[in-house]
Amino acid sequence: MTAAVFFGCTFIAFGPAIALFLFTIAREPLRVIFLIAGAFFWLVSLLLSSLVWFISVQISNKESAAQQKGLLIFGVVLSVLLQETFRFAYYKLLKKANEGLLALSQEETMPISIRQLAYVSGLGFGFMSGAFSVVNILADSAGPGTVGIHGDSQHYFLSSAFMTMAIILLHMFWGVVFFDACEKQRWWAVAAVVISHLLVSCLTFQNPEYVASLVPTYVVLFLMGVWAFYSAGGSLRNLKLCLTCKDKDFLLANHRSR
Amino acid sequence: MNVSDSDDDIYNERTALVPSENPVLPSYRPDSDVGLQNDSPTKRDADDEELTLKYGAKHVIMLFIPVTLCMAVVVATIKSVSFYTEKTDQQRIYTPFTENTASVGRRLLNSVLNTIIMISVIVVMTIFLVVLYKYRCYKFIHGWLILSSLMLLFWFSFMYLEVFKTYNLAVDYPTVGVIIWNFGAVGMICIHWKGPLQLQQAYLILISALMALVFIKYLPEWSAWVILGAISIYLVAVLSPKGPLRMLVETAQERNEPIFPALIYSGVKLGLGDFIFYSVLVGKAAATGGDWNTTIACFVAILIGLCLTLLLLAIFKKALPALPISITFGLVFYFSTDFLVQPFMDNLAAHQFYI
Repeated sequence: MTAAVFFGCTFIAFGPAIALFLFTIAREPLRVIFLIAGAFFWLVSLLLSSLVWFISVQISNKESAAQQKGLLIFGVVLSVLLQETFRFAYYKLLKKANEGLLALSQEETMPISIRQLAYVSGLGFGFMSGAFSVVNILADSAGPGTVGIHGDSQHYFLSSAFMTMAIILLHMFWGVVFFDACEKQRWWAVAAVVISHLLVSCLTFQNPEYVASLVPTYVVLFLMGVWAFYSAGGSLRNLKLCLTCKDKDFLLANHRSR
Repeated sequence: MNVSDSDDDIYNERTALVPSENPVLPSYRPDSDVGLQNDSPTKRDADDEELTLKYGAKHVIMLFIPVTLCMAVVVATIKSVSFYTEKTDQQRIYTPFTENTASVGRRLLNSVLNTIIMISVIVVMTIFLVVLYKYRCYKFIHGWLILSSLMLLFWFSFMYLEVFKTYNLAVDYPTVGVIIWNFGAVGMICIHWKGPLQLQQAYLILISALMALVFIKYLPEWSAWVILGAISIYLVAVLSPKGPLRMLVETAQERNEPIFPALIYSGVKLGLGDFIFYSVLVGKAAATGGDWNTTIACFVAILIGLCLTLLLLAIFKKALPALPISITFGLVFYFSTDFLVQPFMDNLAAHQFYI
């Protein structure tokens, strides 16, 4: 395919995430470390789910395509559940490591709040998830070939890129909502996050009916974004102040005059 | 402007200990200002606290960046220049047992034997280096290190010019001569004498990457993996109280000399050998098969290993090898991603399912 497809899809998939990283995370060493640790936790969850799937495939009937597809669906559901379990485990680890954090940083007070940790760990999960989903596809798109030559959809790369962007941002929103719900012991919110993750993954079972899978995914993305905004302490008033550069707290924190 | 560590008042054999290509060295040690003046218990506590805080998040990131850059250079080269992934059938002296055998068991045995030979060579060279240092044969060490950095900067970078073949660029010999001469000469000056700190760091990253690429090309496949595993175990053994490397570190501390200031990545101290072996691991992950997932997984695993090592350093406050934890994580994640995650993700991508 062409360089245009490669660069276009890369920037669609990773653009917002990299922008978030560069503007909000890159300058703070502690946030970078927790981002990478979040990515690591996602990786471990994927490893476990792949192990279970691999074992189940080995003991199954490899000839039957229907059974293989069923096993794959089972693998997807298991992977989603494991990812959320590891998100919870990461939350528990972060709470426990409070004193360790104090020693690791060079300040006297808690250097990073649980909300920032929620954001950073969600983005870490998102980066890893997006990378694993799309990097091989991007690498293939830079090479020779014709998309959909056997009758498959022509929009494979573009839809993959958009789906990846949605997934990365969703992971970030899920992280924020999840940690906030765990802090406030609202288990229904935790369940809602898990269910929405399952929903988004199951929507992709309809691929290549991209309209049926991408549009609801983006609706879920928007709703989760609004929910995350409110649980992170945002409100319409804050938003207005921020956008008109009149928010004093924000300006103070960033050492800028009005 | 920042200048490199070698900017001493007295530049002589004694003060100018310089980089070598000896890949195995203590990777992390507390700064030499550990012995502070302690007037009172509270001041001692404050100093302890300061020590703990010294190896804070900032230092972790200061290590992440050069390690990431080195790995990025190696992966980019491996993926684009096919020269480094072409297998040579020549037998190397260090790895005389061939891997071109029919049976799996025989191949494994040959890899282990190759590893034993490589590790013995490294052990002998390390002990030799420590003995030389102990008996103050600085001229010899200096000469040895200059020769090895000469080889790295001139010969290996000449080999790197294979990149021109990949991109089908026609270059004449005089141009190549000028490029290599300038690159090498500036490198020698920067590393062994004075130069801007960032340039010195860039050269250290580059020579680590070149060394890693050479290892990837010339070590047989399975031997390379076994060697990586064995190096980690060896390092744990060799930094034990009676080990040669701890002797080296302690001798240097007694004499109040910086250990090989340019052999170790300056500011926060991480040995070049660590850069090389991390890059070998990630480079091999990138070389075998076309899978990027494995490469990314190894990269993240190595960074987390480095984080954990630094955390342990902050807790235990003594010289620790930086290799074992990272290499172990890297190896575990390489093999598990290659065998388990790879088929799962391939199947998902084929159906365009997302997890």
